[in-house]
Amino acid sequence: MFQRILPYLLAGISVGGQYALIAVGYTMVYGILRLINFAHGDIFTAAGFFMVYLTASGMPMYFSIPLVVILTVLLGFTVERVAYKPLRSAPRMSIMISAIGVSYLLQHLMWYITGGLTKQYPTIPWISDTVTVLGASTRRVTIITPFLVAALVVALVALIKKTKIGMAMRAVSRDFETAQLMGIKINNVISTTFIIGSALAAVGSFLFFSNYTAVSPPAGAMPGLKAFVAAVFGGIGSIPGAVFGALIIGICENFIKSVGYANFSDAFTFALLIVVLLFKPTGLFGEKTSEKV
Amino acid sequence: MSLLTVSDLRVSYGGIEALKGISFSVEEGKIVTLIGANGAGKSTTLRTIAGLVKPASGKIEFEGKDITGHDAQKVVSGGIALVPEGRRVFDNLSVLENLRIGAYLRKDEAGIKSDIEHVYELFPRLKERHWQLAGTLSGGEQQMLAVGRAMMTRPKVMMMDEPSLGLAPLVVKDIFSIIKTLNESGMTILLIEQNANAALRCAHEGYVLETGRITMAGTCAELLNDQRVKGAYLGSASKK
Ligand SMILES: Nc1ncnc2c1ncn2[C@@H]1O[C@H](COP(=O)(O)OP(=O)(O)OP(=O)(O)O)[C@@H](O)[C@H]1O
Ligand SMILES: [Mg+2]
Repeated sequence: MFQRILPYLLAGISVGGQYALIAVGYTMVYGILRLINFAHGDIFTAAGFFMVYLTASGMPMYFSIPLVVILTVLLGFTVERVAYKPLRSAPRMSIMISAIGVSYLLQHLMWYITGGLTKQYPTIPWISDTVTVLGASTRRVTIITPFLVAALVVALVALIKKTKIGMAMRAVSRDFETAQLMGIKINNVISTTFIIGSALAAVGSFLFFSNYTAVSPPAGAMPGLKAFVAAVFGGIGSIPGAVFGALIIGICENFIKSVGYANFSDAFTFALLIVVLLFKPTGLFGEKTSEKV
Repeated sequence: MSLLTVSDLRVSYGGIEALKGISFSVEEGKIVTLIGANGAGKSTTLRTIAGLVKPASGKIEFEGKDITGHDAQKVVSGGIALVPEGRRVFDNLSVLENLRIGAYLRKDEAGIKSDIEHVYELFPRLKERHWQLAGTLSGGEQQMLAVGRAMMTRPKVMMMDEPSLGLAPLVVKDIFSIIKTLNESGMTILLIEQNANAALRCAHEGYVLETGRITMAGTCAELLNDQRVKGAYLGSASKK
């Protein structure tokens, strides 16, 4: 029995960890701007394409991997500066609409650049190797993902709890104006949030696409949506919540597949969203009421 | 010499003029108070000086330099702190973090530590609760924290927006005695109050603000004895 479910459990934790890296970006941006950054899934896809094109250009991996992170961070940063910052004092609905616009813009840019063709994701050596764990054979990326995610999340939580910039992030997430009165440049803090979120999405893209091996313009939409559901499920704004939600979704999806209902695994995620919104709209770890004044 | 001078300041919110050309000055070492009814433009005045609101016209000078339209961040690093209306402590940060964030722009760790100790001496209650989330403090403690947080910016002028708002009479007394203490240690204070009686007894000079205009000015002793002030502000204040 255990032998039968082990591969699904491993796959579930792994894909959950990959959702978690995307979900943290959603939840951090929501925490600070009360904005659902619809473009985040497309930034994740773009990270996949950056890797494809950099590798195709003949660049060695040890060079292209950090460069992908840098390009993804630049993209996230630019999106915030161009599409969200000018709307800082506009009604929240306007920024949401701007985010939806950016999402479509990025997606269609990717259609345009790739000609709509699905690209083969380059094989990252070592992490793509096949290994055997307790009799189950899997790729090494499946085993690494949970550890990498745990390390990154612990580092991120430490950053937020223990450092000066983390303190500023918590302050800005509560009260822009008073944070400014303390001398905090809120735009820098908001940019930092987007930079961290995009960098984690880039790391997530290495893991996710190494597993799924194909990148197409809508490839990030489904993991992006699931990561978003994970963030809502965990309580949007909460980092541990997002990670926990992502793991639950990853594991449940794979168990549903293991009992032969693979077709329903996506439906499960969205059913979960509806149930959460109906019965506990603030999510598992969500703050009670954090409407901004 | 006056430390802070405001001349002919006008501020509008989307076409509605909240300040219709006000002028006043704050001398170094003094407590100056602006009194006025709800909506007179008191908070707008402080928020404009602090750089949160951009004026339509007029001039704000601090230590002889023009600071009109400067960003909030620049104003606070220049030495003007605002204790905002409604305290606005960061409820998700601990008491100690709230003080530390007041020192956000400072690099002198030794100075920050000794200033925190100084705040704790002034407000022993904050020391006892230094690890507690600010959101769990009482209203009076939150006000003390907001003052302590502003002190951490090492201001030359501290602006306070209705520090007594919503506090019990005994705590209000504490707050005013803290204002006195701060001033005696050399801090210049610009104080806004609806509690005109207490404010005029605490301050040296006062201005009366009515719907965006300054209608009276003088020493607090003069204003306290003025029939119009008595009629409009002191009667109602003592009834409250
Ligand atoms: N953000 C804003 N947008 C539009 N109008 C505003 C804004 N802030 C203040 N006002 C208006 O400007 C005027 C002055 O407001 P302000 O807050 O300065 O008054 P106040 O004297 O501080 O009053 P209170 O004693 O009630 O705090 C009011 O008519 C108010 O409605
Ligand atoms: Mg006010």
